[in-house]
Amino acid sequence: MAEAGAGPGIAAGCGAGSAGRTLAQKIIARASGRSQVLPGEVVTCRADLVLLLDSGGPRRIWPRLRELGVGLHDAGRIVLVNDHFVPAVDAGSAAILRLTRDFAREFGIHRFFDMQGIGHVLLLERGLVQPGMFICGGDSHTSNAGAGAAYAMGLGAIEMTGVAVTGEIWVPVPETIRVDCSGRFARGVVAKDIMLQLCRELGMDNAFRAIEYGGTAVAAMPLAERAVLCNMAAELGAETGLVEADATTLAALQAAGQQPVDDALAWRSDVDARYLEVHALDVAALAPQVAAPHSPANSAPVTQFAGTAIDQAYIGSCMGAKLGDLHCVAEVLRGRQVAAGVRLLVAPASQRIWAAAAADGTLATLTAAGATLLPSGCGACAALGAGVLGEDEVCISSTNRNFRGRMGASSAQVYLGSPYTVAASAVAGRIADPREFLA
Amino acid sequence: MSPVAPLAGRAWLFGDDIDTDVMAPGLYFKAPLEEMARHCLEAVDPAFAASVRPGDIIVAGRRFGVGSAREQAAMVLVQLGVGAVLAQSFGRIFYRNALNFGLPALFFPAAGEILAGQQLEVEPVAGLVRNLDTGREYRVNGIPAHLMDMVAAGGLVPFLRQRLSRPPAEQA
Repeated sequence: MAEAGAGPGIAAGCGAGSAGRTLAQKIIARASGRSQVLPGEVVTCRADLVLLLDSGGPRRIWPRLRELGVGLHDAGRIVLVNDHFVPAVDAGSAAILRLTRDFAREFGIHRFFDMQGIGHVLLLERGLVQPGMFICGGDSHTSNAGAGAAYAMGLGAIEMTGVAVTGEIWVPVPETIRVDCSGRFARGVVAKDIMLQLCRELGMDNAFRAIEYGGTAVAAMPLAERAVLCNMAAELGAETGLVEADATTLAALQAAGQQPVDDALAWRSDVDARYLEVHALDVAALAPQVAAPHSPANSAPVTQFAGTAIDQAYIGSCMGAKLGDLHCVAEVLRGRQVAAGVRLLVAPASQRIWAAAAADGTLATLTAAGATLLPSGCGACAALGAGVLGEDEVCISSTNRNFRGRMGASSAQVYLGSPYTVAASAVAGRIADPREFLA
Repeated sequence: MSPVAPLAGRAWLFGDDIDTDVMAPGLYFKAPLEEMARHCLEAVDPAFAASVRPGDIIVAGRRFGVGSAREQAAMVLVQLGVGAVLAQSFGRIFYRNALNFGLPALFFPAAGEILAGQQLEVEPVAGLVRNLDTGREYRVNGIPAHLMDMVAAGGLVPFLRQRLSRPPAEQA
């Protein structure tokens, strides 16, 4: 199990060039202390950053630490977040949040974000992800951090116990699938639409593969949109999703007040990197996509589902409630009203996003149109907070998955769409093509 | 019984894309594991949780355990006494979670040849599935070599206990 790994920090370096290596291979090689790794090998990596959330974090790890009679390998590498059960809706969730706070205090975890937003969003927002990092997180959407040119691996809580205690994890070196996106989006089409189409085209059976996104359309995306691509690599079933470092990666770190590592721009695939597959996608030809119940892969252009009556429209989660998403919603809602009999719920993904949307007038536009604002947190996306669905209710959601029972009652029907599509549907009272609202 | 010992039980059939939300519904997250287990898979087979017997074997299609990282999806199967999961493919985190709880999870391409209720015998180490009703034998990949010690120890926590109790010099 124990393989000599690189020490703390990621100073060991990357080395650009033409050795046929993908970004994923380079990061895993560095984190496992090897000069190179090949797809199919199993190696042991040291985690540079360990993301623990209230859901599968302290409440599940702490009893095991006690059982083993051990502490944390390195509290300095941990980022701890209360985001799933916030704010408490009953004594049970209050107890979970309190346990997380006690854990932070007991182990001296300084990077503890208590009700500041959703962990995956906070990692990028606060500039905690450096290019070349190897990250382990106790949540399937940990891949979100790949937008910062990191290799971010989602794991179950039991395995996070092992990472917390030893600092290490076994990693199957994945093949890499490259998705090259070119062209410019048509009005009303965003990164979410790419992912709903990819879930259909690449399927959800991509274990032991990493998805690397690139091309001119990705180069033009802000970090938050790149995160959409990486986040939903989880829905593709992939080990992770990632985007190579570039000027946007560095600018985002600097905007968050963090200095990029010296070799930040070296964390790119070699020019002759060997990919399992390369897919080319012209985003200019892409229409808004909707995934029907009960799978993200059950997707088609929005026109196929247009007219389906809805009870609820939900803007939330690590996927679909960032500042840019709220701007999309406001663009549709300005001067319009949410349809009678429909509720539009909006849970901004972090407190800073909330503040920015309040300052620039976005929240006022939303509430004037009849939207209900909810606290920052995972909330209804995982049937944990306000906005849970009842029997047979129909919802269109900006979130990332729509499995049966995901947002509440098992008979509820959840459709997935972009923030534009969710907002247009809220106004129409039925699933609607956002392009009709943006002419 | 060691998790890597041969085991036998009745087959429970499931199709493709059985996700972790239906195994461990979010609505029961704050409930004790025993209560969550009573709702395991009820959205796709309401009879399963009440009728499954210790040692029974799940036989599934593609992407069994797709979705959320919630470890309770594997824990409720262990709680219900499921002996092994044979699937054409797995959600990657569920696969790791299952082995981490000492629940053998084996890739089984021929899942479609098994009928509900048939008696199966599984050898997780050798990678052998035997249909006792038809007499057919299937060679599959056993538990990966690098995880054998961990699964044999009964899962990750007992394995960590062994590893941590050894003096550092032995931890090569």
